[in-house]
Amino acid sequence: MPDVQSMVAEFVNKLRKRKIEGSQATAKCTVELLRSVISHQRVPHANQAAALIDAVKAVGQQLVAANPVELAVGNVVRRVLHIIREEDLSLTTAAMAGLDLLDASDDDDIDNCKGIGYPAMSAAVVAAAARSTLRPPSLQTLLEGTPESATVPYTSSSGADSESKTADKSSLTRKLKHDVIEGVNQLIHEISGCHEQIAEQAIEHIHQNEVILTLGSSRTVLEFLCAAKEKKRSFRVFVAEGAPRYQGHLLAKELVARGLQTTVITDSAVFAMISRVNMVIIGAHAVMANGGVIGPVGVNMAALAAKKHAVPFVVLAGSHKLCPLYPHNPEVLLNELRSPSELLDFGEFSDCLDFGAGSGSLQVVNPTFDYVPPNLVSLFITDTGGHNPSYMYRLIADYYSADDLVM
Amino acid sequence: MGAQKKKDAARVPEDLSRQRLQAIVIADSFTTRFRPLTLERPKVLLPLVNIPMIDYTLAWLESAGIDEIFVFCCAHSLQLIDHLKKSQWCSLVRTIVSHKSTSVGDALRYIYEQQHTETSQIQGDFVLVSGDTVSNMPLAELIREHRERKKRDEKAIMTMVIKKQSSRLRIGSDQLFVAVDPLTKQLLYYNEGGEVCLDKSLVMDTSVLVCNDVQDCYIDICSPEVLSLFEDNFDYQHLRRHFVKGLLVDDIMGYKIFTHEAHSSCYASRIDNLRSYDTVSKDIIQRWTYPYVPDISFSGNRPLKLGRRGMYRASDAVQSRSADIGASTVIGYGTRIGDGGKIFNSVIGNGCSVGSNVVIQGSYIWNNVTIEDGCEIRNAIVCDGVKIRAGAVLLPGVVLSFNVVVGRDFVVPAYSKVSLLQQEIKEDSDEELECADSSKGTADLLSDVNNLQMESKASELGPDGAGYIWEVCDSVHDEEWWKHSIVPIPMDKLADITQVMDDDDIEDESVVPPRGELKSDNDSISTDANDPNDDDYCYFQREVRETFLRAVEEDNNVDHVTPLINSLRFSYNMASADCAGAIFYSMMRLAIDTPHSSTSELYRNATSIINKSKGLLGFYVKQIDEQIEVIMKFEEMCEETAELVPLFAQIVHFLYDKDVVQEDAILRWGEEKAGADESDKVYLNQCEAFIQWLKEASEEEEDEEDEEDS
Repeated sequence: MPDVQSMVAEFVNKLRKRKIEGSQATAKCTVELLRSVISHQRVPHANQAAALIDAVKAVGQQLVAANPVELAVGNVVRRVLHIIREEDLSLTTAAMAGLDLLDASDDDDIDNCKGIGYPAMSAAVVAAAARSTLRPPSLQTLLEGTPESATVPYTSSSGADSESKTADKSSLTRKLKHDVIEGVNQLIHEISGCHEQIAEQAIEHIHQNEVILTLGSSRTVLEFLCAAKEKKRSFRVFVAEGAPRYQGHLLAKELVARGLQTTVITDSAVFAMISRVNMVIIGAHAVMANGGVIGPVGVNMAALAAKKHAVPFVVLAGSHKLCPLYPHNPEVLLNELRSPSELLDFGEFSDCLDFGAGSGSLQVVNPTFDYVPPNLVSLFITDTGGHNPSYMYRLIADYYSADDLVM
Repeated sequence: MGAQKKKDAARVPEDLSRQRLQAIVIADSFTTRFRPLTLERPKVLLPLVNIPMIDYTLAWLESAGIDEIFVFCCAHSLQLIDHLKKSQWCSLVRTIVSHKSTSVGDALRYIYEQQHTETSQIQGDFVLVSGDTVSNMPLAELIREHRERKKRDEKAIMTMVIKKQSSRLRIGSDQLFVAVDPLTKQLLYYNEGGEVCLDKSLVMDTSVLVCNDVQDCYIDICSPEVLSLFEDNFDYQHLRRHFVKGLLVDDIMGYKIFTHEAHSSCYASRIDNLRSYDTVSKDIIQRWTYPYVPDISFSGNRPLKLGRRGMYRASDAVQSRSADIGASTVIGYGTRIGDGGKIFNSVIGNGCSVGSNVVIQGSYIWNNVTIEDGCEIRNAIVCDGVKIRAGAVLLPGVVLSFNVVVGRDFVVPAYSKVSLLQQEIKEDSDEELECADSSKGTADLLSDVNNLQMESKASELGPDGAGYIWEVCDSVHDEEWWKHSIVPIPMDKLADITQVMDDDDIEDESVVPPRGELKSDNDSISTDANDPNDDDYCYFQREVRETFLRAVEEDNNVDHVTPLINSLRFSYNMASADCAGAIFYSMMRLAIDTPHSSTSELYRNATSIINKSKGLLGFYVKQIDEQIEVIMKFEEMCEETAELVPLFAQIVHFLYDKDVVQEDAILRWGEEKAGADESDKVYLNQCEAFIQWLKEASEEEEDEEDEEDS
């Protein structure tokens, strides 16, 4: 237990000090931390799910408070909570179904079930597996995903009745925890694999001799472009440098190293270049429930330019970036103002900053993020395929339980 | 050889333990600049944008990867220890308490002594900062650099962080002048405020980077030798004035100090006066110190919400609709602001209540302050628990210490400091009071004060007020009071300064640009380091003066002093004339420093001193050249001290009477000066009558001799 505590404290500290950057890294750290929280959590006999949920929630609240701007943390916590709820539900329904069956069947299967042990896949895992394939979720998985379906005594997996035989408390406990951890592992796998999943779709979106514009640096975008390149598509990439952090420079370097034709432009040249561009591809920091996007600063400008010239504006986002919250005043509340020293040299400008000396004083504002309203986004490409902005709320309902929206 | 091997063997475990990074935080400034606030609370616990100063330092050190922080507490140590225990750093921080220390030097000596008694103290290189440092500079690179340099060169014991800074006035510090070797970054010269005299030997064989546009961050990476050096030199008090200068001058041990110029994107500053308190607060609000800003909970503080235009506000702060809250303001938890208030550029702490129609501008209101209706506060610092009754006005520069009450409609005069504690009369008691563990003492004092207030309601702050107004500018130099207050520098002063600066620029443009590299073969050095031995001579003169003063105090006779001065003379390689000049200088300075009310009294002082120690002086003025040197020295001194000017002729006459200076010397001096500029002749003209008389006297003598001969 103490080691989990210290791990949580350490991670909270890192978040606070803004030592971790990038939503994927944060999401991965969060989910790994939550996995160890779950595995160390001692579960009481009655109501194990509630205990797990409380434990995860408690940790989750700390993490979210540590850096409220990094939405991926909240997303992952909610995902894990959702997994716990799902597993709990599927076990109880299984148990109920099993009890019904127990009356009718004989006890022959007891040995049998021990032999089978764990391989029974739980509902959520099946659903997640279904999602991770490229098709959009089928009606069946959607039904499973919603709590309403749970009331129906419907058993999805093959091992349902063998599980039910061992409806003994202790094994059920172990089972729940095991299943949850299984589900969390699946989530980890999903988060770390989201680049490949998204990149696989590149070929459908990027065509021969096209000109692609991107802004800032995103690993997802990099993989996406490279995947298209590997499939023998030849196209050109314009990279807006993404002042003031100039992460576009890094992206350009990587792209060139992988053999793509790359041009670096200033952010302010985006509008001038947009008429030559066939598609804008952007990596998101977070996708809100209304389909709005939070991305690196300057993205809104690029989106407006794209709209003006009717250029498709495509946003790449792994499923951990889907946030179930609706944005309210996102320019201020979901933004992080970083140090002005990224813009100006403190030594040289310290004169102007002196409130005492002159009549006026210099203020420097350095926001990290931009908010793009949903009407400017043409398409989202997530690891489950391409979606319309208006479809986001539906996707989110699939991933999160309504109970967890407010943590 | 065996010893060498042993040493190597010993170094292996040392290298392992070196991975552990340690820091010493001096949580006491040993100054009185923050009086009267520091009488009741240690300086490092004063809130800086609602967070105690030391939290910034500790958060920075922690995130820079320091594993163990020693906090040295002196004044109010209990409060500080209490705070550290409650903070999130309790596992990281160890406190060292000593009430006897009165300087950084004492503190480091104490730590060094403790090292032998306690286990696990300073094991390797450590970071030395003071508890009022605000920075976000990454240290890892710096420490690595220091270690590598140390490996190559045993003598490189300290790396000092400097930072480019264009305006000195921002933080109210003195002009800093450093000379650095541009290749190795070794510090060659360091001077803060005052005269700059570069030793020519500095620029003899290498090129030197001379900068006067840097700021010393007071962040040092030190090797353990630093502690032992402090132990060895028991008179080192100040880290810069004594230690650094001592090392630079001392070429026997050959220890070297290196500098590291911090990258301009990082922030580093120290708060050592009220002006820097103001500037650093504003830098924090402007987010230069990111991630140590109020909307990030870096020290377990409750984060504030950041709105547009740099407004930080607690989620539960209550503000009337009609209140006008301007840009760059901070409003803490549980604070209520009434109707029609106007608040600009200010920080308001937790639990304050601000009445209606209050104007607050450029001020720092700490916690639990009550401000009643219609008050006006400009550029003031208002501490915890202060009550400002309706209609009171704080003029710019006011500092209200803890729990002061300002009476109804009272106008607190500008730049005044108000405290419930009375200002001590004796300057000397300063240190004792601050260093004593005043938690108890202050409490007693406070209760006394409260009783007093109960008995006689009337006070200096209006009929219903409580508190004593301190006399302005007690220990600080009189002319610099405006420099260290939080008020913007008055326009006239600013104009003066820029005037002076511009003049400097014009004069020195060819010589010292803000920073420049002086090549050894460059002519410009000759103008810069105009006198080859100037620097040496300064030190020599100072030492002679100290020796002389000691001698006078102890009433030593000449025989005891001459060997001392002789040894100084040889160690500085000075001529006998230099000694004469220096001794005479010391004598006259003593005369000037002795309290006197009129010039005649000064003359009497001077003559008595000359009388007393003419033997000593006589030892060095056997030659005419030396005597002339004395007169020239006297001339120089007159230029520095106007008081001496009218006495010039009288004292020269007196010297003649006492046979210190012979007539030949005076005549020769007169001849030399006869050809000089008109401006140089002031003193000659004064002595004209005397010289005339001398000439006549000698002619008479000659005549007499002639007569005798014939």
